[in-house]
Amino acid sequence: MDALLETPLAELHRQLGAKMVPFAGYAMPVQYPAGVMQEHNHTRTHAGLFDVSHMGQVLITGPSWEAVALWFESLIPMDVLDLADGRQRYGMFTNDTGGIEDDLMFARRGEALFVVVNAACKTADVARMRAAAGPDIDVTYIEDRALLALQGPQAETVLSRMDAAVTQMRFMDCDQLKLGGFAVWASRSGYTGEDGFELSVAAADAVALAQLLLAETEVAPIGLGARDSLRLEAGLCLYGHDMDAKTSPIEAALTWSIQKVRRAGGARAAGFPGAHVILGHLQDGVERRRVGLRPEGRAPMREGVELFAAENGGVAVGVITSGGFGPTIGGPVAMGYVPTGLSKPGQPLWGEVRGKRLPLHVAALPFVPANFKR
Amino acid sequence: MKFTEEHEWLRQEGDEVVVGITIHAAEQLGDVVFIELPEEGTVVSKDDEVVVIESVKAASDILAPLDGEITEVNSVLVDNPSLVNEDPQGEAWFFKMKLSDSSQLDELMDEAAYQTFIA
Repeated sequence: MDALLETPLAELHRQLGAKMVPFAGYAMPVQYPAGVMQEHNHTRTHAGLFDVSHMGQVLITGPSWEAVALWFESLIPMDVLDLADGRQRYGMFTNDTGGIEDDLMFARRGEALFVVVNAACKTADVARMRAAAGPDIDVTYIEDRALLALQGPQAETVLSRMDAAVTQMRFMDCDQLKLGGFAVWASRSGYTGEDGFELSVAAADAVALAQLLLAETEVAPIGLGARDSLRLEAGLCLYGHDMDAKTSPIEAALTWSIQKVRRAGGARAAGFPGAHVILGHLQDGVERRRVGLRPEGRAPMREGVELFAAENGGVAVGVITSGGFGPTIGGPVAMGYVPTGLSKPGQPLWGEVRGKRLPLHVAALPFVPANFKR
Repeated sequence: MKFTEEHEWLRQEGDEVVVGITIHAAEQLGDVVFIELPEEGTVVSKDDEVVVIESVKAASDILAPLDGEITEVNSVLVDNPSLVNEDPQGEAWFFKMKLSDSSQLDELMDEAAYQTFIA
């Protein structure tokens, strides 16, 4: 087995007492001594610092914003062209069968496009972009920057002590900040459902910036365990679990991310991989879709639990793709795929756990209301 | 107190043993969020799955440490699973059992041997 890669913060994680686990080829902190539950709750009430440097940061340049944006629109079903400077959007690479190859955040930085992709997919994503790029489009994989996320209701207060400009940022705004003397590319976004910021910083400055943030009384380090329970309560998809190369954005209930201009009748309709399938799903509907699920008992229902329409008999009608205990909810929560006819909130279902069918019902997402500064 | 390689402790109490998991096991599990206990009166063999314990991370089984009959379960844990993290070797016992052959206890580790085992 290949040795695990490390982020610039690996040694700091160990000093902080983190339990390190392999994740997407990296040694990453799954939890610190406080534990998943406390880390989760701390992020919901104060501010949590996450190391997400394993994710891929890519800068794309070309002759003009228009050229870069229209090229990127050939790879994703989103409106890129109309993105204002300093704004970010959520999107996904699709394939020829309408499935999702990866999900991503993309931001306009002047005439350039800054893209953040999942760690497990980044090599394939960069290859996909380079293969699609003509001679005038330059795809640069940024290897010398770390990525930190500061998430939670007190994130703004903490950062505003270092750079007052953060208070001017709205959800999904991007700006260049000076935090403790370090130049940071910041976006007001995250993966927790809380207000917060993602901070791209030179790898050489990453430890010092992390220590500066951790020195603030509101801030605690948060591992991947709590990151997962936070995003699950926020109803956010985890690539490779809640969606994959065989799931369309419509099935994944990500229809909102496809702007009208790329849909049938829009000025730049279609023109992305799998458009015929995805626009077909939009027009004709889908047979299955991602929903929130609330087990009625206390037993967590995890990924892989099969779902049934009746307490006894019948074949599985769906499956849980993410599930566990939601500390803020104080009980088990899950997401999964069910037939569209059984996807309305309140729909009773049963999940088979250790050979027993236990009741659950379809629930609206997110489980915990988003706390964004719009 | 006696210990198993599955990180359970057993404390003799009259002609019964009280069974729980060790501090070390509770630390490894992380925050416990769900516990399913056996029925009182269940006759079990060593290594039968008798308790389901789920933490924020994963589901695990607690195995019967020896042969015997479950005589009492600590139902407080069902409503308050986090007690396992707070006091694993005290208040958070899982069940009591009557051993089929109490001489089997002698095969288990004592405290010193267990500390060496987890070191």
